[in-house]
Amino acid sequence: MTIYIPTPLRAFAAGKDAVEVNAATIAAALDELTQAYPDLRKHLFTNEGKTRAFVNIYLNDEDVRYLPAKEATQVSAGDTLSIIPSIAGGCQTR
Amino acid sequence: MNTATLPIELPELTQDDLSRYSRHLILPEVGVEGQRKLKAARVLCVGTGGLGSPLALYLAAAGVGTLGLVDFDVVDASNLQRQIIHSTKDIGRKKLDSAEEKLKALNPDLNVEKHDTLLSSANALDILKDYDVVADGTDNFPTRYLVNDACVLLGKPNAYGSIFRFEGQASVFATKDGPCYRCLYPEPPPPGLVPSCAEGGVLGILPGLVGVTQATETIKLILGIGEPLIGRLLLVDALKMRFRELKLRKNPECPVCGTRPTVTHLIDYQQFCGLESESDVQRAVKNGIPQLSVKELKKRMDAGENLFILDVREPFEYRIANIGGKLIPQNEVPERIGEIDRNQEIIVQCKSGGRSQRIAEFLKQSGFPNVANLAGGILAWSDEVDPRMPKY
Repeated sequence: MTIYIPTPLRAFAAGKDAVEVNAATIAAALDELTQAYPDLRKHLFTNEGKTRAFVNIYLNDEDVRYLPAKEATQVSAGDTLSIIPSIAGGCQTR
Repeated sequence: MNTATLPIELPELTQDDLSRYSRHLILPEVGVEGQRKLKAARVLCVGTGGLGSPLALYLAAAGVGTLGLVDFDVVDASNLQRQIIHSTKDIGRKKLDSAEEKLKALNPDLNVEKHDTLLSSANALDILKDYDVVADGTDNFPTRYLVNDACVLLGKPNAYGSIFRFEGQASVFATKDGPCYRCLYPEPPPPGLVPSCAEGGVLGILPGLVGVTQATETIKLILGIGEPLIGRLLLVDALKMRFRELKLRKNPECPVCGTRPTVTHLIDYQQFCGLESESDVQRAVKNGIPQLSVKELKKRMDAGENLFILDVREPFEYRIANIGGKLIPQNEVPERIGEIDRNQEIIVQCKSGGRSQRIAEFLKQSGFPNVANLAGGILAWSDEVDPRMPKY
C-alpha cells in the first residue's frame, strides 16, 4: 500500500512523496515506514510511541482517530495512508 | 444549510449594482436576493498577503458590502511574487493602504475597514465581533489558533486556507455543528519543524488557488448555497494538480468547540506554540543557545575580533549575499563537522535565524562548548547594519 508523505516531512524520507509498504495493519505500515526512514519517527511519534497531536493519519479519506480499531485497523493493498501535518502558510514575518 | 447570520433588512441594489452584478443576478443560485445578501455582508480578511490578496479582490468583485482588513506589515519586493493586490510602486507602503486603494479601484462602493494592528488575545474578540465571516489568511501558527478560538467563542465561521511550498489546505471551521481548527490539530508543531517560506520557499501561484477557494467558501456561506467545506479538508498539490478531500470530524472532546470546553477565553498563543512572547523579542538565550544581535556582531567585527561565522545556507544564497562566513550548508554540517573549530566561539548564521538556531542546537548537542545564533540572520544585517546587503 502507499503512504503519502507531506512536503514538510519529505526531507526525512529521502525526498520521497510516497512510500510503498507491505503491511497488514495501519500500525504495522507506519512501523515499516519508520524502520526504513528512522528520522521520520520523532516527527510522527512521541517518545511513548503515540502519534503527535499536530500530525493526522488518514486511511483513505478517514481520520484514523475515528476508526473503531484505530491503528489496529486492517489494511489492504489498494488502501492509502496519508500523513497530514499542520501548515501555517506564508512567511514568518518575525 | 449553513449560512452566516445576516441582518433581516437587506439593502436595496442601485442601478449601478444591477449592471455591475448582472452576471450574478441571472444565476438562479444568486439572483437579486443573493446579491443583496452579499451587499449586507461584512467579511474580515485577516492578512493581506499571499492568501489575502486574491481573497479580498474576489470578495470586492463579488459585491461584498464591507471588507475588514487586518495587517500591520509593509510591502516588500519579495512579496510581489505572489501578493498580487500590491504593486511595485507600493514597496515600503503599508499593506493596508495599498490593499484599500486596489479594492476601491475595483469596487468604489466597497466599504473598507482597516485594522492596523497585530491581532492578539487583547483585541481579537473586539475586532472579530462585528463581522459575519472571518477569512484567515495569516502566516503563523499562534494567529491561526487565536483566530480559530475567537471564531468559535463568537460563533463566526472561519474560511480557512493555508499553504506550504506547493501544497495547500482549505476548509470551513467554527460553524455550529462543524469541526474547528483544533479538532484537526489539537496542538501546534514545535517551533522550527515547519520552515517559514523565507526558508522553504513557496510557488507564487499557490496562494492564488487557495485564496480564491477561501473566497468561494465565504460567498457560499453568505448566500447559503452549495456545499461548503464544513467537515471536509481540501488538499491541493499544485505540482501534480491533484485535489483530494479528507473527512474532518467535530471532536466531542475539543477543548474549544466540544461538549465540555475548557478554553472559554483567549489564551497566550505565543506560549501555546512554544515561542517567546511578543514583548520578549530581545531574549538573550533560546533553548540554551545565546542569541547574538547583528549590531553586537558588527561591533565585534569592527574591534578586530577573530570570529568563526558558520553560514549554513545554500550556495546560491551565499552568492546573493554573505557576511564572509564559512559556508557549510545545513544538511552537510554533520559530515563536515571536523571543519568547525571546537576551540572557538562559533557564530551560526543563516537567512533569518531559523536554520542557524537549529544547527547551533545540534552543535551544542555534539559537544561544542561555545555556540551562538545570529538572531535575525542576514536579513537583520541588511535591515540594521548595512542596507547595501541584498535582501532576497
